[in-house]
Amino acid sequence: MQEDTLLQMRHIDKRFPGVRALNDVDFTLRKGEIHALMGENGAGKSTLIKILTGVYQMDGGEISVEGEKVSIRSPQDAQNKGISTVYQEITLCPNLTVSENMFIGRGKGAWVKHKALEKRADEILTKLGIPARSSQQLGSCSLAVQQMVAIARAVDMNCKVLILDEPTSSLDDKEVNMLFALMRDLKSRGVGIIFVTHFLEQVYEVSDRITVLRNGELVGEYLTKDLPQVDLVAKMIGKELDELSDLSEGDVHEENYNEVLYEAENLSSSDAKPFDFSIRRGEVNGFTGLLGSGRSESVRAIFGADKVNGGNVKVKGQNVKITHPIDAMKHGIGYLAEDRKRDGIIAELSVRENIILALQVMNGIFKPISRSEQEAFADEYIKALNIKTASRETPVGSLSGGNQQKVILARWLLTHPDYLILDEPTRGIDVGTKLEIQKLVLKLAEEGVSVTFISSEVEEMLRTCSRLIVMRDRHVVGELKGKDLNQAQVMKTIAGGEA
Amino acid sequence: MKKNVKRFFSGGLGQLTIPIIAILLLVIFNLIRDPSFFSIGIAHNSDGNMVLAGNLISIINGASELAILAMGMTLVTAACGGQDISVGAAAAIAGSVFVKVLKSSGGNIHGGLVVAAFVAACIVAMLFASFNGTLVAVFKIQPMIATLILYTCGRSIAYWINGGATPTVSSPVINAIGSFIPGIPIPTPVLIVVLMAILFRLLFHFTSLELFTQSVGINGSAARLNGINSTFIKLLSFVILGVCVAVAGSIGVSRLGLINHETLLLDVEMDTILAVAIGGNSLGGGKFKIGGSIIGAYVIQMLTITLYAMKVSSTDVKAYKAIVIILLVVIGSPVVKAKFSKFASKVFNKEKKAVVKGAE
Ligand SMILES: Nc1ncnc2c1ncn2[C@@H]1O[C@H](COP(=O)(O)OP(=O)(O)OP(=O)(O)O)[C@@H](O)[C@H]1O
Ligand SMILES: [Mg+2]
Repeated sequence: MQEDTLLQMRHIDKRFPGVRALNDVDFTLRKGEIHALMGENGAGKSTLIKILTGVYQMDGGEISVEGEKVSIRSPQDAQNKGISTVYQEITLCPNLTVSENMFIGRGKGAWVKHKALEKRADEILTKLGIPARSSQQLGSCSLAVQQMVAIARAVDMNCKVLILDEPTSSLDDKEVNMLFALMRDLKSRGVGIIFVTHFLEQVYEVSDRITVLRNGELVGEYLTKDLPQVDLVAKMIGKELDELSDLSEGDVHEENYNEVLYEAENLSSSDAKPFDFSIRRGEVNGFTGLLGSGRSESVRAIFGADKVNGGNVKVKGQNVKITHPIDAMKHGIGYLAEDRKRDGIIAELSVRENIILALQVMNGIFKPISRSEQEAFADEYIKALNIKTASRETPVGSLSGGNQQKVILARWLLTHPDYLILDEPTRGIDVGTKLEIQKLVLKLAEEGVSVTFISSEVEEMLRTCSRLIVMRDRHVVGELKGKDLNQAQVMKTIAGGEA
Repeated sequence: MKKNVKRFFSGGLGQLTIPIIAILLLVIFNLIRDPSFFSIGIAHNSDGNMVLAGNLISIINGASELAILAMGMTLVTAACGGQDISVGAAAAIAGSVFVKVLKSSGGNIHGGLVVAAFVAACIVAMLFASFNGTLVAVFKIQPMIATLILYTCGRSIAYWINGGATPTVSSPVINAIGSFIPGIPIPTPVLIVVLMAILFRLLFHFTSLELFTQSVGINGSAARLNGINSTFIKLLSFVILGVCVAVAGSIGVSRLGLINHETLLLDVEMDTILAVAIGGNSLGGGKFKIGGSIIGAYVIQMLTITLYAMKVSSTDVKAYKAIVIILLVVIGSPVVKAKFSKFASKVFNKEKKAVVKGAE
């Protein structure tokens, strides 16, 4: 064994009912390295991490920390051994304050010195450049800030091993850079970092080494600098991803329709300032802007997800009132929400029930979809979107993050909407599937479905949208189309440079 | 077969494992204690009909009101993540209304009047349930707090309905509801339980209520964004419980042939909630099984009768009941279940390995 080996996992096995999540997987982490753990949705990344952090118990294999064989029985146990984690899904308490969240479960006794903790929390927040106050309620912070708080919490635990499971999926570029600076700083202090992400560029920017999993099996361990991106993708999906060339920036589809499908004038809600918006049949457009710029709030207003305060809305030329989600659905609008855990999945219900939910609601409570039809629908979409699940009756909460996202996408596709709003549909989705989803969006558009697409990745929007609405500080500040649709112009408009 | 056994022990049968085991244990315990405990005989009742008699029959019969209330309570629990503690008081109101209407005709109680009385009891119970439901669904008050109001004042309201009296009603029709229909050897309340269970089954078959209720209970925010009107679903669960309350109240009155607003279904709310819990339903809402709650009701009743049969005094019964119930609820808790299924899978895996080795 080498001198600098921090953590070694050997022959790890883990089974769940109906799935073999991990099969004889080895993983080695060295001191002061950033080690990317890569694989498709459902490859077993989160499972490997949960074994390491004591959330799950392995069925076979062994773990050693600094050369000593250990058994990790609980998350508390893992923390005591210097292993800290930020999970894929945020697991903090929204009702507590930022500082309480950072120190929860770590007080020695019942008496917690609030003022002292808040002071300490503020110090850490400032040091990491996190825009939050320690006394603020966590629920009132944006998702990104919540994620950063979770990281701050982990970092403060004097850890040897820091695990970040898709920490950047809800962060914008600036925040990602902040996080990377933080990671490099920790690395220079000898912390070993395990980093799970679906953003390949980030892997190449920050990691030293890559371990690839596929279908619960180890594919191999590589030095990042020796493994070109195409090879990495090929190793992850088990074949060459040659379709990448099919979709290139600026290759925007032709629009075959002219009818305006949806039109809003002065639409406003409790969370969105008044704005005008319209979309034609078969058009793909997008809202872009920094996190908190109001892009999600705008589409929520369209769907009636927040309290609508005013505005004239026309669907297919008819004046309509959309004040509740059900109104929007009745007019053929579907909405995939940004926060999958809070607004999307019904965790304990099965994949089947989650897929048919929206369609059932539209049909009404008195017209239940028959069981056999439900099963047929579920099977159809499990196949079409390649959802990895033990069966259609598996509770959706036990699926991997990316596969949960696919289930919700299936739910809305099944309603055959005229207008589909997708807020971060590719969050947590692997490279191969991301491309599939982008293709799907373009195919829908060809069939005459209008799509509004929101993504933190500008390239993704450029690839699919023919028009981008740029928001800043909750106002629409520009609209880009045609030759203005390029990265530089988008960035400039977002940042506020004159167009 | 082996697979089924394994599934059973690892909780694969789901939430029904614990209540079924509890029933089996109680049965075995009683059989050892007194082999004739469950013997069912045929007797002539006071009307000269041939009817089934025995401990088992009186357990199943006695649990009827509890089972019916537990069905409705399951729905409220699932949708609202809380319980209605006013069901006993509300049943007293419904029972009083039932008697009030029966009395209105001046003695001649015929079938039509009984139906009218039951409908009136239903409407009143549903109105009170809507009041509870509105507090919970619209004003977002914790169910226990919201229903505390009716729990406190319900029996006073019942007192006013019949002017403080405890009038008796005697009629063959009422007698048939409370005990036996001539020619049918099974107690009528038991038949009503079966009927209610079938009605629930049909309700879940012909509507999507089950799916919507579970969605609202598990993730209200997501349910709303999928177009489900969660206020309506919660309100509806209370109204359905209201119907159950009216049925239970009417049965209770018919058994005794009188309404006593002080004692009718006294303390039934706690047993009802326990039945839901023993049935393996999460009291925090979400997924549910009505069947579990029904079994839970029979577990509680069998426990009570067993204790009485063992000559435990009625004051002590409560303490013994509490002990057994604590055991059941703890065994049914996720923590113990997880431990247990891990243990079970270890045992069975070892066996499997041994078998594989043997095959080689
Ligand atoms: N608690 C569980 N119960 C049953 N199956 C599970 C459970 N957790 C994970 N699985 C299954 O194990 C497999 C691996 O899941 P895991 O979450 O590790 O994937 P992942 O690599 O993290 O994927 P993603 O990129 O989508 O997050 C999946 O098939 C998943 O359905
Ligand atoms: Mg994962």
